[in-house]
Amino acid sequence: MLSIKNLHASVEGKEILKGINLEIKAGEVHAIMGPNGSGKSTLSQVLAGNEAFEVTEGEVTLNGENLLDLETEERAREGIFLAFQYPVEIPGVSNLQFLRTAVNAMRHHKGEAEMNAAEFMKLAKEVSKQVDLDPAFLKRGVNEGFSGGEKKRNEIMQALLLQPKLAILDETDSGLDIDALQVVSNGVNALRAEDRAILMVTHYQRLLNHIVPDHVHVLAGGKIVKSGGRELALELEERGYGWLGIKDEEEAAANSAN
Amino acid sequence: MATTDQEVNELIKREYEHGFVTDIESDTFEPGLNEDVIARLSGIKKEPEWMLEWRLKAYRRWLEMDEPDWAHVGYPKVDYNSISYYSAPKRKEDMPQSLDEVDPELLKTYEKLGIPLHEREKLAGVAVDAVFDSVSVATTFKEPLAKAGVIFCSISEAIQDYPELVQKYLGSVVPHGDNFFAALNSAVFSDGTFVYVPKGVRCPMELSTYFRINAANTGQFERTLIIAEDSSYVSYLEGCTAPMRDENQLHAAVVELVALDDAQIKYSTVQNWYPGDENGKGGIFNFVTKRGACIGKNSKISWTQVETGSAVTWKYPSCVLRGDNSVGEFYSVALTHNHQQADTGTKMIHLGKNTSSTIISKGISAGKSSNAYRGLVKFGPGAEGARNFTQCDSLLIGDRCGAHTFPYIESKNKSAIVEHEATTSKVSDEQMFLCRQRGIDPEQAVSMIVNGFCKEVFKELPMEFAVEAGKLLEVSLEGSVG
Ligand SMILES: Nc1ncnc2c1ncn2[C@@H]1O[C@H](COP(=O)(O)OP(=O)(O)OP(=O)(O)O)[C@@H](O)[C@H]1O
Ligand SMILES: [Mg+2]
Repeated sequence: MLSIKNLHASVEGKEILKGINLEIKAGEVHAIMGPNGSGKSTLSQVLAGNEAFEVTEGEVTLNGENLLDLETEERAREGIFLAFQYPVEIPGVSNLQFLRTAVNAMRHHKGEAEMNAAEFMKLAKEVSKQVDLDPAFLKRGVNEGFSGGEKKRNEIMQALLLQPKLAILDETDSGLDIDALQVVSNGVNALRAEDRAILMVTHYQRLLNHIVPDHVHVLAGGKIVKSGGRELALELEERGYGWLGIKDEEEAAANSAN
Repeated sequence: MATTDQEVNELIKREYEHGFVTDIESDTFEPGLNEDVIARLSGIKKEPEWMLEWRLKAYRRWLEMDEPDWAHVGYPKVDYNSISYYSAPKRKEDMPQSLDEVDPELLKTYEKLGIPLHEREKLAGVAVDAVFDSVSVATTFKEPLAKAGVIFCSISEAIQDYPELVQKYLGSVVPHGDNFFAALNSAVFSDGTFVYVPKGVRCPMELSTYFRINAANTGQFERTLIIAEDSSYVSYLEGCTAPMRDENQLHAAVVELVALDDAQIKYSTVQNWYPGDENGKGGIFNFVTKRGACIGKNSKISWTQVETGSAVTWKYPSCVLRGDNSVGEFYSVALTHNHQQADTGTKMIHLGKNTSSTIISKGISAGKSSNAYRGLVKFGPGAEGARNFTQCDSLLIGDRCGAHTFPYIESKNKSAIVEHEATTSKVSDEQMFLCRQRGIDPEQAVSMIVNGFCKEVFKELPMEFAVEAGKLLEVSLEGSVG
C-alpha cells in the first residue's frame, strides 16, 4: 500500500530524514519507536504533506501513485490520515462543523452526496461514544480548551469518521490515563481492517499490548536502524536504545556537556 | 508554510458579484453643489419650507468645515463639485402606488441581488424598503405593519405625512453641523428610511432597507431615522451594494436612532459596497455617521455590523446613554483586503447612572489592506456605576496587511469601570495544515477559520442574515488560497 524509498527531508536547511525505507501492506499495523528528536513526527508530517518540510530525495507511493506530487488535501482525500502529536485549536469553529466539512469534502471527492447537518449529527454522536467523548464536545471549538487526553480522543474520533486507508498516529497514546489508553486502543483496533494500514508512533511498548503490531521499527538519527516483530518493542523496553548503538538526544546532550 | 501567503493572495482575488449596472432611464442632476441645487432637490420632493431651511443651514455650516483627516485612511481628495447630488429612475407616472407599478427592471435588479420585493417570497418575515440611487423605489409589507401601528416608509414620505415627528427628531441625535460628512448629508440627503414604533409595540417583523448605488458619478446620501417609543422593540437591517466602476463613488449616510423608556432598537448592517479592484482602482468611499440616543431609562440600542465592502470606510456607530440603566452594544466584523482601508469602531457616551456598554470588534485584514479599530468610551460626571467591556480582536491573513487599535477612554466619574481586552492573531500554518489534512480545501479552510473568529458577532445578527453574512465573508475571501 505505502512504499517509502530512500526518503530524505529537511526543515530550514537542516536534514532530518536521512534515507528512510519502509514498506507497509494493507491490513498491517506498523509501530515506529525511537528517541526524542529522531524524526518520527517529521516522517509523519512529510507523509501527510506538511510544506514546512522539504523532501530533497527519494520517493513515496500510495498504491502505486506518487504521493509527493499531491497537495496535502489531495493526499487526505486519497486516504492519508494523520493524528497529530500536538493537535492545534481553531477557536470559534465548532468541532461538529469542522468534522462535517471534512467528511463532506471526502464524500464529495468520492462522488457521494454530502451529509446534511441532521444526518451528520447522528453519525458524529455514535462515533464520539466509541471514543468515550461526551457529545457536548461536538459543539465546542475544535480542540478549544480540550485537555491533552481529550484532544487525543478527538483525533481518533476523526479517524473513525474519515475511515482512511492509511492512518498515521503520532503518539496518540502519550498523556493518556489508563482508562483513556484502553478507549483509544479500542478505537484504533476498530480501525484495523483488511484494506487499511496503520502506522503508529509511540514511546511505550505498553500500547502494543493493546494494539498488537505486525512490525516494529526503530527510527534514530533520521534512519530506520532496526526492524522486527512485536518482540523488538519488549526488548527495547528492557534494554533501552543503547544496545542498538544509539543514545537518545538528552543522553547525548548530557554527555557532550560533560 | 510558504503556501499560506500564496494561498491567501489567491483567495483575495475575488470577484465582486454585485458589480452589474442596471440599464434604466434616470433623471440625474448636473454635477455640482450650491444653494440652487439644494432648492431644486427640495422642490422635486415637494418639501415644506422648514425642511429646505434646515438643509440650507447645514450647507452653510458645511462650507465652513474641513474634511476630517484624523482617520487612519488615505484617499484622493473628493471634488464635491464633480458629483451629482440627485439621480432617480424615471417614472412613467409620479410615484409607484404599489409593487405592481415598480419598474420591472428595478424588480429584476433587486431579485438579482437576492432581495425580492414580492411580499410572498423567501424573506417572508422581513419588510424591505429599497433605495435605488437617490430615491426609495419600494417598501413592502406596509399594511400589516400599519395594522400594528408601525410606520415604515421612505424619509421623503415621512416628511410629507408625519412632519411633526420628523421635525421633532431629525437632527436631534446627529445635529446638522455634527461633522463634515453629516453636514453634507443634512444638506443634500435625498432619501432613506423612516421607522416609528409606537408605545408598547413589538414590531411584528424584521425591517430592512436595501441600498443600491447604480448611476455613475453620483453620491448616495441617505438619511435614516428610527424612533422607538416607550416599551417598544424593533429590529432593523440594512444591506448595500453598488456596480463596479473605475471611479470612486461617495456614500455619506446619517442614521439616527431614538430609544425612549424601556425601548429597544437592534440595528444590523451588512455592508458590501463595491470595494474597488485588486489594484485599488474604484470603489465606494463610505463615510457614515450613525448614532443612537438611549434617551429613556432602561432603553437599549444594539449595533451589529458586518463590513466587507467599500474602498474606504469611516464609520463609528455610537450610543449616547442618557437614560439611567440604559445599555449600548456594538458588535462589529470588518474585513479588508486588497487595498481596502477601514477605520471603524464606536463611541459609547455614558451620561446616565448604571449605564452599561459592550464593544466586541473583530477586524480581519488580508492582502495589502489596512484595518483600524477606533473606539471612545466616555463617562460623564453623572455616570455613577457605569461600566464598559471592550474586546478588540484582529486577525491577519498574510503579512502585508495591517491592523491597528486606537482605544480612547475618558472618565469624569470615579465609579465607572472599564475592561479592555485586545488580541491579534494570524490564520496559522498549523491551523491550515490541520484543515487540509482533513481534506478541506484551503479556501474553505480560511473561510471557516475566519467565520469562527467572527462567531460572537454573527450570533447577534438576525437569523436570516447570519447565514448571509457567513456566505458574504466566504465570497469576500474567495481566491485568497491557491
Ligand atoms: N519546524 C522545525 N524547525 C526546526 N527544526 C525542526 C522543526 N521541526 C522539527 N525539527 C527538528 O527535527 C528533529 C526531529 O523532530 P521530530 O519532531 O520529528 O522528532 P520526534 O522523533 O517526533 O521526537 P519526539 O519523540 O520528541 O516527538 C528535531 O531535532 C527537531 O528539533
Ligand atoms: Mg514527535
